[in-house]
Amino acid sequence: MAKQAVKKNLESPAEIEQYYRDMVFIRHFEEKCNMAYRQGKAGGYMHVYIGMEALAVGWMHSIRKGHDYVITAYRDHAHALLLGTNPVAVMAEIMGRKAGTAGGKGGSMHIYDPKNGMYGGWGIVGGHIPLGAGLAFASRYRGDDKVTLNFMGDGAANQGVVFETLNMAALYDLPCIFIIENNEFAMGTRLEYHAADTELWKRGLPFDIKSERIDGMDVLQMKKDAERIIEWVRKEGKPYLVEIMTYRYSGHGAADNDRQLYRTKEEEAEALKRDPIKRLEKILIERNIANEEKLEAIDAEIQEVVDKIYAEADASPFPDVEEVYDNIYTDMTPEQGH
Amino acid sequence: MAQMLEMTYREALQKSMIEEMDKNADVFLMGEDIGRYEGTFKVTKGLFPKYGHRRVIDTPITEAGFAGIATGAAMAGLRPIVEFMTMSFSILAMDQIINHTAKVHYMTNGEVKCPIVFRGPGGAAKQLSAQHSHSMDGWYAHVPGLKVVCPATASDIYGMMKTAVDDDNPVIVYENPGLYAMKGMVPDDPEFKIPFGKAQILKEGKDISLIGYSRMTHVNLAAAELLAKDGIDAEVVDVRSLLPLDSATIYASVRKTHRAVVVYEDWRSGGFGAEIAARIGEDCFDDLDAPVSRVGGLNVPMPYARVLELQCIPDENDVVAAVRKLG
Repeated sequence: MAKQAVKKNLESPAEIEQYYRDMVFIRHFEEKCNMAYRQGKAGGYMHVYIGMEALAVGWMHSIRKGHDYVITAYRDHAHALLLGTNPVAVMAEIMGRKAGTAGGKGGSMHIYDPKNGMYGGWGIVGGHIPLGAGLAFASRYRGDDKVTLNFMGDGAANQGVVFETLNMAALYDLPCIFIIENNEFAMGTRLEYHAADTELWKRGLPFDIKSERIDGMDVLQMKKDAERIIEWVRKEGKPYLVEIMTYRYSGHGAADNDRQLYRTKEEEAEALKRDPIKRLEKILIERNIANEEKLEAIDAEIQEVVDKIYAEADASPFPDVEEVYDNIYTDMTPEQGH
Repeated sequence: MAQMLEMTYREALQKSMIEEMDKNADVFLMGEDIGRYEGTFKVTKGLFPKYGHRRVIDTPITEAGFAGIATGAAMAGLRPIVEFMTMSFSILAMDQIINHTAKVHYMTNGEVKCPIVFRGPGGAAKQLSAQHSHSMDGWYAHVPGLKVVCPATASDIYGMMKTAVDDDNPVIVYENPGLYAMKGMVPDDPEFKIPFGKAQILKEGKDISLIGYSRMTHVNLAAAELLAKDGIDAEVVDVRSLLPLDSATIYASVRKTHRAVVVYEDWRSGGFGAEIAARIGEDCFDDLDAPVSRVGGLNVPMPYARVLELQCIPDENDVVAAVRKLG
């Protein structure tokens, strides 16, 4: 019996390699975004997912893509890419191009792809949390079996509307998973300076929401936990809150160019030891799924893919100025002109 | 020709919502005390026993939370009608409505629609003082992405609520506590609809245009009667829809009468009437025989004492005075 259980939990080499490829893809994609920002090819506010890859990879591999709902804040590239959004369209959106997911009207913070279940991409900290609960409300209303993944950062856990939403999610039994991506910083404010109780997983307890804290730097464990929680929510039709411990190696946003204002280099070096990609590389080698050469080959292959995505996005045109009034409404425009 | 029934504004509003709920199972109501308690202004009286807690949903007193949940539900294709107990409370939900609801369709470049109605009474009721008497019409009509309508009659709330529920965009249906008990003739026709962006002339006249909306339309009608006694023939333009705004009907009236007074309950400075006045000034300058005049609410937080409150809200005497001042 025990042996069988272990076997059931063991991922196939192909699965593990896929997680690895996905994490490396996100990392290179985000590094490319940083480069684009430095070169003035991307503007506004841009927030990358470097260091947090295992988290989104674990969850997106556990849902039914295009069936379940996903919504998140402005650190949103990874969620869309992992759901299957055309990466050229994501990069084009970040670069403000017509071929972007929102025709260049949203930018980095607002990536949408509802056909694949991606409902944004929102810029007000905590503001989208009721929207996510609303998606889950629609599932409850219709009696379907969709689950909503409602992502937020640790900073959002303090917003009033998040508490309001937790109360209503519990009150109405909404199939919604509140996922706090705790990367230890709300912009430049460290967790212990912004949260009276730094154990954010407890935020669900006053509302009798099943809640826990888990590690988000080990993709294999993340995948197991995500699967377990999603299965529970789908079956029970109730909300769940999970705090996931992670770390961003980059700044809060592309404009954050002095991380030493809020954390030391030593701390960053220590955090790098938990790098989810390095951690999985070890497992790949230990389990004889790949050797150093193969990992290097995968890395080079993905770098090339990302380079091509960037080139294609960069070659695409900017929106026509006439499009500025398009899609404010489905059927009209407001008064025009300055 | 549908049979006409006499009913109150409140009854017409409820009839409209019932018919839309019966037509479309995706339509549901949400708000504070709208179910078991039947609504503070009793607009939803009898609906909880009829539709149950699945479609008439009592919420906690958390305006931002339920405005956001309803918005998310609309993004998923449902058609919520959200009641604010008063529009003054919608201030707590403004981040949701302005930063989220109003942006869904644009920020997704048309990929996601947001068919939602926010409704409720705005403006002064009676001695509710400074925190419960806000006119919020101009605040919302400032926001691209929202539609804002302010029906003044039973027939209009009946027809415009139907249009709102059927609209694929976020709509603010702006009521006024002073309108609920007013009676009017309403067509008994579930398919009756009044399109947005169409002002109406409620009384024709040749000497001056009195332009207003919501309860101020009735103030203008009363003012027109007083003016008639002095031989002044006023035309009463009921704007009905602020966003979209039917400038053409307003301009046509001004071009006929050559004089305009814009009347609105909101604070005089920066209220939506100022927008209407500015547009008339820009586009009808050569047609005007006098400056465009505004009559608005006094620029003060609404006071409690009835004598002070009445001083703040424009009435027919204020309108008549403004007309006389134009000479």
